[in-house]
Amino acid sequence: MTADAVRPPPTSRRPFSWGSPLTYGLALAVAAVSIAPVVYVIVGGFRTTPQIIADPAGLPDPWVWDNYARVLTRSDFWQQALNSAVIALGTTLAVVLLGVCAAFVLARYSFRGREALYTFFTLGLLFPSGAAILPLYLMLRDLNLINSYYAVILPQVAFSLPLTIVILRPFLAAVPRELEDAAAIDGAGRLGFLWRVMLPLSRPALVTVGVLAFVASWNAFLLPLLVLGDADLHTLPLGVQNFSSQYTSDTAGILAFTSLAMLPALLFFTFAEKQIVGGLQGAVKG
Amino acid sequence: MTSINPTLSPAGGTSVPPAGPPAARRRSSRAAETRRKWYEIIGLTTPAVAVYVMFVLVPMGFAVYYSLFRWRGVGPPTEFVGFNNYILAFQDPIFLDALRNNAIIVFGSLLLQGPIALAVALLLNRRFRGRTVFRLLVFVPYVLAEVTVGIMWKLLLTGGGTVDALLKQIGLGSFVQAWLADLDVVIWTMLFVLTWKYVGFAIILLLAGLSNVPPELTEAAAIDGASWWQTQRHVMFPLLGPTIRIWMFLSMIGSLQAFEVIWVTSVPAVRSLGASATMATYMVDNGFFARLWGYGNAVAVILFAISFIAALLFQRFLLRRDIEGAVTGRRS
Repeated sequence: MTADAVRPPPTSRRPFSWGSPLTYGLALAVAAVSIAPVVYVIVGGFRTTPQIIADPAGLPDPWVWDNYARVLTRSDFWQQALNSAVIALGTTLAVVLLGVCAAFVLARYSFRGREALYTFFTLGLLFPSGAAILPLYLMLRDLNLINSYYAVILPQVAFSLPLTIVILRPFLAAVPRELEDAAAIDGAGRLGFLWRVMLPLSRPALVTVGVLAFVASWNAFLLPLLVLGDADLHTLPLGVQNFSSQYTSDTAGILAFTSLAMLPALLFFTFAEKQIVGGLQGAVKG
Repeated sequence: MTSINPTLSPAGGTSVPPAGPPAARRRSSRAAETRRKWYEIIGLTTPAVAVYVMFVLVPMGFAVYYSLFRWRGVGPPTEFVGFNNYILAFQDPIFLDALRNNAIIVFGSLLLQGPIALAVALLLNRRFRGRTVFRLLVFVPYVLAEVTVGIMWKLLLTGGGTVDALLKQIGLGSFVQAWLADLDVVIWTMLFVLTWKYVGFAIILLLAGLSNVPPELTEAAAIDGASWWQTQRHVMFPLLGPTIRIWMFLSMIGSLQAFEVIWVTSVPAVRSLGASATMATYMVDNGFFARLWGYGNAVAVILFAISFIAALLFQRFLLRRDIEGAVTGRRS
């Protein structure tokens, strides 16, 4: 990520060419395979169910807005979108906050047991969250947290922390010592240094871990399925799944609901794609 | 992502900021300084450690405990059965089917996604106008929620659905199968859907790895008269080794846990017959929905143990070279 700033602009060496027709042909084919099903779902939402049954691979004729209108006027769609947003934002904020604090200590303090603590966190990468889901449910039930936002947020934060710390630590460690000394001379304690120097400098890494945590939370299914029995707390993935099994004959409605549910993640990713790839680049470099 | 093993991270020894001012201070002030440092260390790490221990480590400990009981989840577990739940699991043909299906998904994903991702990454690493847009489109399946992907493919693959209609239109009607209902076909359908969904992740990682290759190397190869393919084969592939191994590791762990796509796409009846079950769906079906909590937790422990052993073996035998590289200071 930091390398992006150093690397000379691409135009300086080899200008972008139009590429060979073969390159374009292959790239188009790959792109088509990737998004054809998605386009099908979005376009299918503009058809009627009888149209879809009569000709499953056809285009809308005529285009109908009714399916999307029906979904958008459902109050539970909006409730689910709100629940998803609250849980995803809560998870993201908590992961970034806790992750930065822990990674800061692991990167900038020298103390006995530091590497042991780091290894302790990285072990979490080997713990599949799926395997822990049953005992997790039982524990949340005993803590009376079932059917609350916390039941989803807290475990998601816990399972996102290892990767967050692994990505953030090299970033925070790379900030030059001189800056820390300068801050000390200016009378800032280490916490002041964290707040005023480190956080602004490591914003790209923070955005990367934030985006990863947000998308994972927005898409999560298994944990909410188990711990959010109350329909008022359902998130969008649960809503989509319930809608599709409840109205199996309303294919057009399912397509419209699915399209609307995936839209936020798609938009979010489109804006953040550079960040994610850049962040992974930094991590792969490790 | 490289830093799955702590030794892979460059952070390890690079930043050791010795705390405190020069030595000429009074002892009491240095003691205060040390105490202050420890307060900061403890204050800053405790929240993360607490959440992590409480929601990642403690549940796995409980899973081991619960797995030794026959327990319907009401009141405390009392009926101790030792390792009986584990024995029962390995005697259940459906669980053995789930194990086989997980093996198919693990190896199938590696064998299908690896070559596809490498080819696409090399293609999208070429410089041409519109490359950014193509990259974005290729990542789309990876960003979609598993549930969305499951419902999407369920509708597409349903009997007489879009896939069947398309195959008939292009004259391949004889290939049409009961994609989601035929007990011998369904696991391969699942593998296809999982590949479609996750190949984008492999491509992202490989593109990130490719962009780290210094342009000087490919330029030097070009000056030496190497063709595009020779450059890829002899310069790019070897340098991608670490990235490929990390992707293999993450893919393997993910495949062992496969749940959502299979849960949503395949019909419960097909799943309960074992045709499309995985360890994770088997665990949730039996533990949560059939309320066999002791048994379900035993399956959870088996799933965890298999993932853990696979991860350790992988680190020991395949990631070792990357670790050596990190230790011997490959980059410095």
